[in-house]
Amino acid sequence: MNILGLTALELGRKIKEKEISVVEATKAALHQIKAVDGDIHGFVSYDEESALKRAQEVQKGIEEGKYTGPLAGVPMAIKDNICTKGYTTTCSSKILENFVPTYSAQAIENLMDAGVVFLGKTNMDEFAMGSTTETSAFGVTRNPWDTNKVPGGSSGGSAAAVAANECFMALGSDTGGSIRQPSSYCGVTGMKPTYGTVSRYGLIAYGSSLDQIGPIAKDVSDCAALLETIASYDAKDSTSVKLDAYDFTSALVDDVKGLKIGIPRDYFGEGLDSEVGQAVKNAAKVLEEKGAIVEEFDLGLVEYAIPAYYVIASAEASSNLSRFDGVKYGYRAKDYEGLHDMYKKTRSEGFGPEVKRRIMLGSFVLSSGYYDAYYLKALRTKALIKKEFDKAFEKYDVILGPVAPTTAPKIGDSLSDPIKMYLGDIYTISVNLAGLPGMSLPCGKDSNGMPIGLQIIGDCFQEKKVIRAAYAFEQTRTYEAPEIAKGGAEHE
Amino acid sequence: MANHIDDATIEYVGILAKLELSGEEKEQAKKDMESMLDYVDKLNELDTSGVEPMSHVFPVHNVFREDVVTNGDGSEDTLANAPEEQDHAFVVPKTII
Amino acid sequence: MSKQYETVIGLEVHVELATKTKIFCGCSTAFGGAPNTHTCPVCTGMPGSLPVLNKQVVEYATAVGLATNCTITQNCKFDRKNYFYPDNPQNYQISQLYLPICRNGKVEIDVDGEKKDVRIHEIHMEEDAGKLVHDPWTGDSLVDFNRSGVPLIEIVSEPDMRSADEVIAYLEKLRLIIQYLGASDCKLQEGSMRADVNLSVREVGAEEFGTRTEMKNLNSFKAIKRAIEGEMERQIDLIEAGEKVVQETRRWDDTKGASYAMRSKEDAQDYRYFPDPDLVPVEISDEWIEEIRSAQPEFRDEKMKRYKEEYDLPDYDIDIITGSKHLADLFEATIALGSDPKEVSNWLMGETMRLVNESEMEIDDVAFSPEHLAKLIEMIKGNEINRKVGKEVFEKIFSENVDPVAYVEEHGLKSMNDEGALRATIEKIVADNPKSVEDYKAGKKKAIGFLVGQTMKATQGKANPGIVNQILNEILANI
Repeated sequence: MNILGLTALELGRKIKEKEISVVEATKAALHQIKAVDGDIHGFVSYDEESALKRAQEVQKGIEEGKYTGPLAGVPMAIKDNICTKGYTTTCSSKILENFVPTYSAQAIENLMDAGVVFLGKTNMDEFAMGSTTETSAFGVTRNPWDTNKVPGGSSGGSAAAVAANECFMALGSDTGGSIRQPSSYCGVTGMKPTYGTVSRYGLIAYGSSLDQIGPIAKDVSDCAALLETIASYDAKDSTSVKLDAYDFTSALVDDVKGLKIGIPRDYFGEGLDSEVGQAVKNAAKVLEEKGAIVEEFDLGLVEYAIPAYYVIASAEASSNLSRFDGVKYGYRAKDYEGLHDMYKKTRSEGFGPEVKRRIMLGSFVLSSGYYDAYYLKALRTKALIKKEFDKAFEKYDVILGPVAPTTAPKIGDSLSDPIKMYLGDIYTISVNLAGLPGMSLPCGKDSNGMPIGLQIIGDCFQEKKVIRAAYAFEQTRTYEAPEIAKGGAEHE
Repeated sequence: MANHIDDATIEYVGILAKLELSGEEKEQAKKDMESMLDYVDKLNELDTSGVEPMSHVFPVHNVFREDVVTNGDGSEDTLANAPEEQDHAFVVPKTII
Repeated sequence: MSKQYETVIGLEVHVELATKTKIFCGCSTAFGGAPNTHTCPVCTGMPGSLPVLNKQVVEYATAVGLATNCTITQNCKFDRKNYFYPDNPQNYQISQLYLPICRNGKVEIDVDGEKKDVRIHEIHMEEDAGKLVHDPWTGDSLVDFNRSGVPLIEIVSEPDMRSADEVIAYLEKLRLIIQYLGASDCKLQEGSMRADVNLSVREVGAEEFGTRTEMKNLNSFKAIKRAIEGEMERQIDLIEAGEKVVQETRRWDDTKGASYAMRSKEDAQDYRYFPDPDLVPVEISDEWIEEIRSAQPEFRDEKMKRYKEEYDLPDYDIDIITGSKHLADLFEATIALGSDPKEVSNWLMGETMRLVNESEMEIDDVAFSPEHLAKLIEMIKGNEINRKVGKEVFEKIFSENVDPVAYVEEHGLKSMNDEGALRATIEKIVADNPKSVEDYKAGKKKAIGFLVGQTMKATQGKANPGIVNQILNEILANI
C-alpha cells in the first residue's frame, strides 16, 4: 500500500480500521525523510527513536480507546518556533540552537491529547522573519517541485515536508502570510485562523498582535480536521477567544450555492504574474459555475498594508526578541568584557542579518520622537484597513484572490532586495492586520510547472465559510504531488 | 522626502537594541533603514486624523486570573537551559551597583 | 549662603501588593525560598510564555486609588517599558504609561498641626524585577527571579512637598492608608514599600522649578530624611558655585551619607513604551468601582473617632494604636474576645510598646495572638495570677506567643489564693520581724509594705496581694 500518498484523514481512518499500524505509518514517513530530506531540508531536526516510541504508545492508546479522534496515529511535523517539551525548539536561529523548552505550546498539548505522532521540527525563516526560508541559520529549504526554488516562508519547512510526503500534515505559523504563501509555493493547503482561535502559548513570538498557529496539509479536509484539533480557548493566552463551536469539519460541504464571493480589483493590478492572475480568475469561474455569486469590488488601502505591517511587526519583534540575551537560555558569546558587551556580542553573533534588520527598524520606530509618527500612524492605518474589510464583509461571505504575486522564485533571488521581498506579501499581510482567517489552496500550475495558490479570506471567526468555499473548489480538482514525493522510496 | 540615517542614529539604535554592528554592517543598516523608512513614509499619504490607534483587533477586555497559587518549585525547569549557573541562580557579568 | 532656597520634592513610591500570586502568573509571592523556586516560564521570560493578569492586582490598585481620592481610569492598558538589565527577564517591564489605572488624587498631610494636600499625579500597576546578588569570590552577579513578577503599584506624586518632614508625613499617610486597605504591609526595610525622591531647589519666590534629580535606594524613613537633606545641600552648593544641576538618577549610600550618579553610556533612558499586545485592556465598570468602594475598611480617621466614642480612650493612646493597622487589628481582635478595652489598651500602650522599644523592632512585627492577650487579662481579672506574674507571662507571650494558661500551669505561677496556707506563712513572717511590727504599731504605716514584700518573696511572688493585705491587717490589728 502507498501509505505516503494518503491524506491525514485517510490514514487516520485506516489506522482505526487496523489496515495500517501507527508504527508502519511512522516508519513510512521516517523512511521518506531519510530518503528526500537531504535534498529538501524541510527539517531542522527529527528524532526517529522518540517518534517510534510515541507511535507504539499511540497504537496502544488507540486500541485501549484512549485516542478516538480522526487524526490519532497520524505522523506530523511541527514548525520550529512552536515549543515542544523536551525537544529542541530553535526558531532556526543560532541564538536558540540548543534551547530545549520545559513546556509545550497549548497547540502541541491538544495534539498530544488527540494522539498524533511527532516526527520532528521544520525549518523556517529565522524567527519567522522572511518569505523564503532562506534566512534560516541552518540552511535553506528547497521546493519539492523544483529544488532550485524556494519553498516560500516563513513556514517553508512545514509546507515542503507536507508536499514531499515527509509527513502527513504540519503546523505552521502565520504573521504576514507565513502559512499561506509557502503552501501556495509548494502546492499544499494551509490556513491562518482568525486571531485568537489557536492559543499562542508556546509559540515563540515574532509579532504578537499578528501571529497565529495554523495547519498545513494536503487538502482542505485535513486542514479543517487539524484546525479542529489545535483550536481551543486557553486561559494562558489573554488574547485567546472562546468560540461557540470548534466543529470546523462540519463545513466540509460541497455546496456554494448563493455564497457571495468578492474579488478585490486591487489584487489584480501591477506586479501580479499573469498566469497566477488567470488561475485565480479561473477558480472564481469554477465557483460561480457551482452557484456562487461572484463580484468584483474595490477593497481599498491595499498598498498601505505592507508599510503598516513592517512598522507594527518590527516594533513588536524588537521587544519580543529582547529576551534573547545570553542570560537565561540559548547562545551566549564566548568572549566579552562586562554585561553590556556580553549582551551585544551574544545578540550580534546569535541573530542573522534579517532579524537584526527588523530589530533595528523596530527599535527605531519606537524610539523617543518617532513613536507617534511611525507606530501610532501604523496602528491607525491598521484600524482603517480593518474598516475596509468590515465594509467588504457586509456584502460578501468570502473574498477571493491570489496568495502571492508570483510562483516560487529561485533560491537567492529575493534576499538582495528586502523591499521587493516584502512586496511579495501584499495579498496576505492585510489579513493578519485585520485578524481574519485566510486559506491557501492549489488552483493550478504555471508554465514552469510550479504550483499556484488561491487565497480565500473570511470575516472574523467565519472559518467555516472559508472552508466550505475551499472544499467546494477542491472537489473540482485532484491533488497533485511533486515527483520527489512519490519517488522518495527509490532513493534508498 | 528621502530619510537620512546618520552614524549617530545607527549607534544610538544599536545601544537600544543591544546590537553591535561592524563598519560594513552599519553602512548596510543605514541604507536598509533609509529605504524602509522611505517606504513606510507612504503611510503619510493617508489621512488618519481622528482615527483611534488599533492595538487589539477585537474588543476583548478583562481577561483575568484568580489570585490562586498554581505553580510549585519551578527552579529546575527555570535553570534547565541556563548558559551559566551557580547556586541555583543565573550567572551574569558583574552588574554596576 | 546669601540667598534663600526652597526645596521642591515629588515622590515615586513603589508598593508591593499583598497578593498570594504574582501579577501575571500563578507563582507564589512568598518571601524567602531558595533562588528561582518561585518561578515559571512566564516570570522568567521563557520564549512563548504569555502573561495573564491577576484580578486582585486591579482590585487593590483601584482600592488604593479610591482611598487617595483618585479618578479611576475605567479603560486602562498595560505597556511595555523596554530596557536591558539581567533582573528583568524579558528585558522589558510590563507597566502602564499611556493609561494608568488611577489619576489626579490627593492626600492630606499634617506636619506639626499644619495641614496640606499632596496631589497624586497617577498610580500605575507594574511587575517587580528579580534580585541580583554580587558574588565577591567570582566577581560575577547572580540572578534570582523569585521576586520577578511580584505586583507593584507605583504612586507618583506631584512636586508638592517642601521638606523632609512633609515627605515623611506623606509616606506615613500612604503607608497607613494602604495598610488599612490590606493592600500591602508597606515595610520599607523589606522593600515592600520603596520611595524614589525627585528633588530640585529654587530661590524662594521663583516661579520656575529648578533641575531635578532622582534618588533611589532609600530604605528607611531616616535614610530618606538624610538623603533629602544631603541632596538639597549638594544642589545648593552647585548653584552657589555657579555650576549647574544635572538631571540624573542618583543612588543614595546611607552608610556614607552621600549619593552617586548612576550614569552609563549604555543607559539611553529611551524606554520605547508601546501597548503590550499580549494583554487586553482592563475595563473597570461603575459597578465594580462601587463594589470595591463598599468593601473598603474603616480608615484611621473614622477609627480614631470611634475609639473615642465607644471606648473613651485617651487621645494619645488612640493615636498610637491607630497609628499601626496591625496594632489596631490586635486591639480590636482582643476586645472581640471579651476583654475590657481599657485593659487591652493598657497592655498595648505599656508592656507591648516597652518591649517593642527594648527589642528595637517595628510595631508591625509584633506577632502574639489576641487570644493569648485576652486569656492573660482574664487570668489577672480572675485573680488566677497577680499583675506582677502577669507581666512576666506577657514577656513570654510577646517573645514566643506562648499560651498563658498552659505556661502558668507548667511553671506553677498560679496565685496562692489559699487563705489558710497564706495565714500560716504571714504569721511566721510577723513573728520573725518584731521590729517591723513595732514600727507599724508606732504609727509607721509604711512598715506593712516590708511585710507584704517578705510574704511575696516567701511565695515566689505568687501570693494574691489582696488576700495578703487583708490577712496582715487582721493579724496586726490583733497584736
